[in-house]
Amino acid sequence: MDGREGAPSFAEMVGRKTEAAYNDLVDSVAFAGEIVANLAQSVRHPGRLRWKDILLACVRVGVDSLPIIFLIGFLMGLILSFQSAVTLQRFGGEIFVPNMLGLVMFREMGPLVTCILLAARSGSAFAAEIGTMKVNEEVDALNTMGLSPTRFLVTPKILASILMAPLMTMFFNFAALVGGLIVMISLGYPLVTYTSRVFQNLQYTDFYGGLIKALVFSILVAGIGCLRGLQTRSGASAVGDSTTSAVVSGIILIAFADGIFAVAYYYLGI
Amino acid sequence: MRGEPVINVRNLTCAYGDFVVVRDISFEVNEGEVFVILGGSGCGKSTVLKHMIGLYEPAEGSVSIHGRRLTGAGERERNEILRSFGVMYQMGALFGSMSLMQNVMLPLEEFTDLPREAREMVAVAKLAMVGLDKFAYNLPSTLSGGMQKRAAIARAMALDPGILFLDEPSAGLDPVTSAELDELIRSLSRNLGITFVIVSHELASIYSIADRVIMLDKQTKGIVAEGDPRQLREGSASETVRSFFNREPAHHADDGHCPVPAEEGA
Repeated sequence: MDGREGAPSFAEMVGRKTEAAYNDLVDSVAFAGEIVANLAQSVRHPGRLRWKDILLACVRVGVDSLPIIFLIGFLMGLILSFQSAVTLQRFGGEIFVPNMLGLVMFREMGPLVTCILLAARSGSAFAAEIGTMKVNEEVDALNTMGLSPTRFLVTPKILASILMAPLMTMFFNFAALVGGLIVMISLGYPLVTYTSRVFQNLQYTDFYGGLIKALVFSILVAGIGCLRGLQTRSGASAVGDSTTSAVVSGIILIAFADGIFAVAYYYLGI
Repeated sequence: MRGEPVINVRNLTCAYGDFVVVRDISFEVNEGEVFVILGGSGCGKSTVLKHMIGLYEPAEGSVSIHGRRLTGAGERERNEILRSFGVMYQMGALFGSMSLMQNVMLPLEEFTDLPREAREMVAVAKLAMVGLDKFAYNLPSTLSGGMQKRAAIARAMALDPGILFLDEPSAGLDPVTSAELDELIRSLSRNLGITFVIVSHELASIYSIADRVIMLDKQTKGIVAEGDPRQLREGSASETVRSFFNREPAHHADDGHCPVPAEEGA
């Protein structure tokens, strides 16, 4: 009558949100299981993979992302080196900037920023593509043909991300080092000093550790993008909501996973 | 024309959470007939269809196709049952990144051992059946709505199923294109003996193609009429049914059924 009767109470809202979060967690776990099963099947029967779709996704995740990866990597290397050099110059310590840059980029910032960029670019694109297919009933069409949407739509994107993210991370690190090089050269240090300093205290474990992070982050980013796409509901704003949610969830997952990696690497001595 | 039952729907209750859309409905679809599920907007026609094709699990009851229970079937059996029928969705649901040829070839690639040349031949033949062989290499976005729906029928027929489910085939089409699609359905039914289950509320189309209909009602959440649509129009005792078939505004106080907009099916 007065319209207030139907309004949920605070407790009710908390209950509903909690239930929605729990259901989302259950869906995510089930989806993760499905992805693992599909990846295992892909390893056993590589001939059944849709290689054309994988290559297409590789182009979109990798080649098309290269300009932004190079640009952000270069600027990060440049800014990080410049700011550090300005501070360290007061103590005559600017010579340590390359050491710091190499370590920070290879261990931490390279995989982290690359995969955040992939979440914004590719994760959202996956959510939008699959979300639109869901709205257009194409996902239903796959289901009623007896084709698994996970195998058909998700697995190629995950595999492409697994292949491309470590590669993109390497490009990002390279661009960052070029940015740092410009700062050091402008401060009067020669190229040989810069490169020897960068690799002086950089271990192979730092290099591999960063790439493993990128690999795990890429699975999270692609997986959550595809999951949000498959969860798209009907309505005008549904695809947009899925896209936003894919980016936000992707970045949150990366942050959590990075924390777990920090602890794990500390105990493993990496 | 009419053979043995190929689809059995028993005590089907469809619900979204606590909201029941249809309750405890039962019907059969016989081999070779064109069976139409009709009713006003929001009465649950498409919901029933989606339960029949296994997209949703019923709250209660079961759906069996060719004597095999789809409801609750294991993955392998479910996939085998799914391959025994084809589905055309309301918007066509063609894969936008694939040409018509690739769309039709997809089920053949996944479920047959045919070499590529043979798959292409089958796909072209299916497209020719719906008059689209000249557009085999076009993307769906380059075609009209009617052509997309015909292409979707070609894809649904790729594995030579005995049953085709069509969700609102006339929706969004002009009367001429709609009539052409009706003619295609009649032709496929007559020449190939395909059983059609069609969801529609387009009366002109229903009179033209249907052998038998069931009418769903939003208020009672059940079947209010079953039989030949022409006979129902003339002789139904139910006011709900008569007003639907005669396109008269419903009297909510009397029967509360979903009114049919006057512009439909003139």
